[in-house]
Amino acid sequence: MATVRLSFSPAPVHVRTARLVGVAVARRAGVAEELLDEVRLAIGEACTRAVALHRQYGLADLVQVEMSDEETYTVRVIDRAPIEAGLGLSALPPDELADESLTDEALTVGVGFALLAGFVEDLQVRPVDEGVGTEVRMVWPVGR
Amino acid sequence: MELSLSTRTVGEYTVLEVGGEVDVYTAPRLRERLIELIDAGNHKIVVDLHRVDFLDSTGLGVLVGALKRLRPAGGTFGLVCDKESLLKIFRITALDQVFPIFPTVQAATGGEPDGSAGAAPTA
Repeated sequence: MATVRLSFSPAPVHVRTARLVGVAVARRAGVAEELLDEVRLAIGEACTRAVALHRQYGLADLVQVEMSDEETYTVRVIDRAPIEAGLGLSALPPDELADESLTDEALTVGVGFALLAGFVEDLQVRPVDEGVGTEVRMVWPVGR
Repeated sequence: MELSLSTRTVGEYTVLEVGGEVDVYTAPRLRERLIELIDAGNHKIVVDLHRVDFLDSTGLGVLVGALKRLRPAGGTFGLVCDKESLLKIFRITALDQVFPIFPTVQAATGGEPDGSAGAAPTA
């Protein structure tokens, strides 16, 4: 059961709102203060990724963010893009980051995934249970 | 906090001071400003991030884009950052191996304090 649920149209301007809400709920859930910067960044990256996928596929569907604080602080960011696109995430090796031939989009996706993987110890990217889309699930400990 | 951008000249360097949040919404403005500066012939650019509160993958992508754009022109591109939360982002993405990162503008523009004295980073 989600404690807080947020849906937003896939526009970049709303990603900041999702970050702010995500951090506010994390703080209230008891996530350690020193982890909040990472929570903010990770939620932002997951939402940015979802917005980019919706725009890439011309989807007007809302991006969903669900925050739950039972036992742990769990955030699920759900997009509605085709599964093969959503699961096609990969980290880029450092020597490829400044590669001339790399497109800005590929670079940003690679860096975004590197940040998610680097900041979130408990991270899963998987197909949604129902319908089309993927879910980025991130879990942080709460200090209660 | 909204993105703020201001430009000044330090010696032969153009210093772009960035403040606020650089994310998927605001990064296009940073990209435009950097392209304007480069296209106007500023080929020694320092981006001062010390007033940045938040930087995400989109912002990092813009900075890499500027570095790549300066390369053919033989320019230099350095970053100023002393905030641990941002430095960690550069380390995790290994972009600390791509960008010359200095603790102060003075160090980035060939001054001495806390920097590698006189070493102008090459893009």
